[in-house]
Amino acid sequence: MLISQDDRLSFEKSKSGRRAVTLPSARFSGESPTKAVSSGLLRQTSIGFPELSESDIVRHFINLSRKNFSVDTHFYPLGSCTMKYNPKVNEWAARNEKFTALHPLQEESTAQGMMEILWELEGGLKEISGMDRFTLQPAAGAHGELTGMMLVRAYHASRGETKRTKVLVPDSSHGTNPASAALFGFHVVEIKSDSRGRVDLEDLKQHLDDHVACLMLTNPNTLGLFEKNILEITKLVHQHGGLLYYDGANLNPLLGIARPGDMGFDIIHINLHKTFSTPHGGGGPGAGPVGVKKHLIPFLPGPLVEKAGGSYRWADAGPQSIGRVKLFHGNIGVMVRAYVYLKMLGKEGLRKVSEAAILNANYMKECLKDTFTVATQGPCMHEFVLSIKSLGAQGVHAGDVGKRLLDFGFHAPTVHFPLVVPEALMIEPTETESRETLDLFIEAMKAIADEAVSDPEKVKTAPHTLPVRRPNDVLAARKPILSYRDQLREKMLLAEAAA
Amino acid sequence: MPYLSLTAEEKKAMFDRIGVRSFDELTGDIPASLRDPKISLPAGLSELEIQDLVAKLGQKNTTVKGALSFLGAGSYDHFIPAAVFDIVGRQEFSTAYTPYQPEASQGTLQAIYEYQSLMVELTGLDVSNASHYDGATSLAEAALVALKQTDRSKLLIARSVHPHYRQTIRTYLAGTPYQIEEINFDAVGNFKREELLSRLDATVAGVIFQTPNFLGVMENLEGVSEKIHANGSLMILTANPLSLGLFKSPGEWGADIAAGEGQPLGLSMNFGGPYLGYFVTSQALMRRIPGRLAGLTEDADGKRAFCLTLQAREQHIRRERAGSNICSNQALCALAACVYMTLLGKKGIREIAEINWDRANYLRSKISSLKNYEVDPSQTIFNEFRVRSNKPFPKIQEKLMAQGIFPGVALEPFYPELKDHFLVCATETKSKEDLDRFVEALERC
Repeated sequence: MLISQDDRLSFEKSKSGRRAVTLPSARFSGESPTKAVSSGLLRQTSIGFPELSESDIVRHFINLSRKNFSVDTHFYPLGSCTMKYNPKVNEWAARNEKFTALHPLQEESTAQGMMEILWELEGGLKEISGMDRFTLQPAAGAHGELTGMMLVRAYHASRGETKRTKVLVPDSSHGTNPASAALFGFHVVEIKSDSRGRVDLEDLKQHLDDHVACLMLTNPNTLGLFEKNILEITKLVHQHGGLLYYDGANLNPLLGIARPGDMGFDIIHINLHKTFSTPHGGGGPGAGPVGVKKHLIPFLPGPLVEKAGGSYRWADAGPQSIGRVKLFHGNIGVMVRAYVYLKMLGKEGLRKVSEAAILNANYMKECLKDTFTVATQGPCMHEFVLSIKSLGAQGVHAGDVGKRLLDFGFHAPTVHFPLVVPEALMIEPTETESRETLDLFIEAMKAIADEAVSDPEKVKTAPHTLPVRRPNDVLAARKPILSYRDQLREKMLLAEAAA
Repeated sequence: MPYLSLTAEEKKAMFDRIGVRSFDELTGDIPASLRDPKISLPAGLSELEIQDLVAKLGQKNTTVKGALSFLGAGSYDHFIPAAVFDIVGRQEFSTAYTPYQPEASQGTLQAIYEYQSLMVELTGLDVSNASHYDGATSLAEAALVALKQTDRSKLLIARSVHPHYRQTIRTYLAGTPYQIEEINFDAVGNFKREELLSRLDATVAGVIFQTPNFLGVMENLEGVSEKIHANGSLMILTANPLSLGLFKSPGEWGADIAAGEGQPLGLSMNFGGPYLGYFVTSQALMRRIPGRLAGLTEDADGKRAFCLTLQAREQHIRRERAGSNICSNQALCALAACVYMTLLGKKGIREIAEINWDRANYLRSKISSLKNYEVDPSQTIFNEFRVRSNKPFPKIQEKLMAQGIFPGVALEPFYPELKDHFLVCATETKSKEDLDRFVEALERC
């Protein structure tokens, strides 16, 4: 059997007395902590870590890895997630001990190569986005948004405009947008999408007043459409004294093609783990550098890298800075990868990335438009949204189609999002996929569309070829078992009840 | 072009299939004035040239392996077993997305679940999340949890908590109605107990301590949680996770939340990141935990399965009503910590903590006999301690760096009153010869 059916935890494979790593036996101090340290400070309870040999452990984790879909094994067309290929030379560079063995507080003069990378990366991000300065601290897109909202607050406060407490967010936005804005007291107001999936200008106008702090926008939006009226939108918001925040989750189709800075955005975050090809790691680490226009530079978190006379140094933040948003300097390992990617592509390469991403998405959309309903009209950018409503399949949901795709060897698209489209499948092929892969996926989608009508049960109960099928998330939430300790407790309770 | 696949013929065929003649027809929605921006970037390099460039940039750095380093202060040089790198490097883990499709992500989900289980064991608390960004942001979210849970307005933070953590919490709370007050430390570095007691009032949502604290001292928190809880406040502890192999756990101290930095658990220093925020709470706070949680359940055929759970807390469901906005976390770093803790096992976690204690205590005792340096041997430490120099520290640092030694982190930039004090860290990576060489070099300064 290719994939191990063993679902035991490391804890359940443990045998008292087994060891993996060995540690030096020599002690230098001639003292034992149990004697030298007051017992009131020492740990009294045992630590229930498992006991296994190294080969047990390696086999355990490698077998786990084989229960995953990943970009290196499967096509992963998750909309708004930009699951492009993660180049190996990026990993090679990031593993270099000359970078990994640097301490964040070591003297600047001893880390000039690293600081040059950060400076150059920032320079590239500035060019691509049309912004004037970046902080590299934010650890992820949502952390970037949070930083952005703090910048918005600090900017308005510096101008005495504390009444600006309203943040406008389109109804098609990512969930992090309203969550980031609300976390620190902004009042979130949803702007409607028009019938074609873009920001409804009339609705926007109705919400514009002198209480508006900011409009957060993803462009292209989550329906894969470029906001045609973007210049009018940014002008309107600025006229009312608000700022514009660009959610960089969907930057991939704009490299060398159009820049958020030129569109009128004041603040932007860029997800390096999307557009700049760094691996997602099963959920992270990412990096969400935040860029701003000149008028917001004084508010950025510090320190920032500065270059003077051929050498690099950390420049402390000024008095208006919102302050540090993270420990040390950010997810540096992610930045090394993004830097290598930028250097590798260069100016022409960047544009080709976006062109291929757009072409792949439009090709797939065209091939699928007769089978499914496309949520928008006309060409799309790097992603598009299908609805399965028109299939007329009894009781089959978008999520079921996604699950059935797993049986065909494809990761599911983003399902049931954006919320404005019923039964949505959001598909983003990225630029790194071959036409053959796209064609195979298209065939699978059509086959599933047929199946959904001819044999809906098969789709509703999918997947049929993976280690598990439809984990019961209702049960998981009703009776949360979140650790091995919980399992042991549960077992004890059952035994007591039986007794 | 690297990483792209479409040939010219394929592109043409695809354009034909779409029914357009050129790329520009696909991007007609972009206003003309925005198109084709002037971008000043160099041409792309070949992989060979990139490898050469990266190697050259690397040569401009002096690493803690190339030097003899005693730097700590929140980022630590530790031994990392080779198997950690191999397993974390498995692309099935590293190039996977967040496990929203559980059937296609049982590997990631079970690994997260095991990470949570290990953190519960280590901290002695009940529920761990799947990871947060880092120690500073994790602690800031812990502060928010305390404020929301108690519906009170003030946080007390020991001034001996890592300065970057305190700054981050201040940033997070700026412009909100919440207040922060600091509890100072005494001459030897312990938090001032009487100051804490006098400040505990009905507005205090939570109290935050670090142990070992930023000055390296193991805080004595005997009886503290009782006072805090009697006041209706929460106790938040940020501990070096490796120290918990030997020292009292947050659970044993009576903490409600353990939130902090997991970098010592098998992660490289990486100039400051990516690291690992850990976040573990008592059962009572389970539904306030920020970020993802993996849970155990059954699949449709009754088989054991793992899935993300209690997602109703999170932003993608709750949007503006979510308790936290976190989405991406540090999953691969949590995997590294999971593998590292599993490799150490029950005995190894204690041994590694003892070795750290041993190295730092040996070094401290050696330095205590030097004429121009002062240490306080009465304080219990883990792997870091404070040294006061009778000569200006910048001078000493300069001299030692010329000999390839990074002597430690100056404390004055963080605590102006601690002029010429510096923080020295000695982990298991230091041999006796390393430590003796450092002591001799200090003596000669």
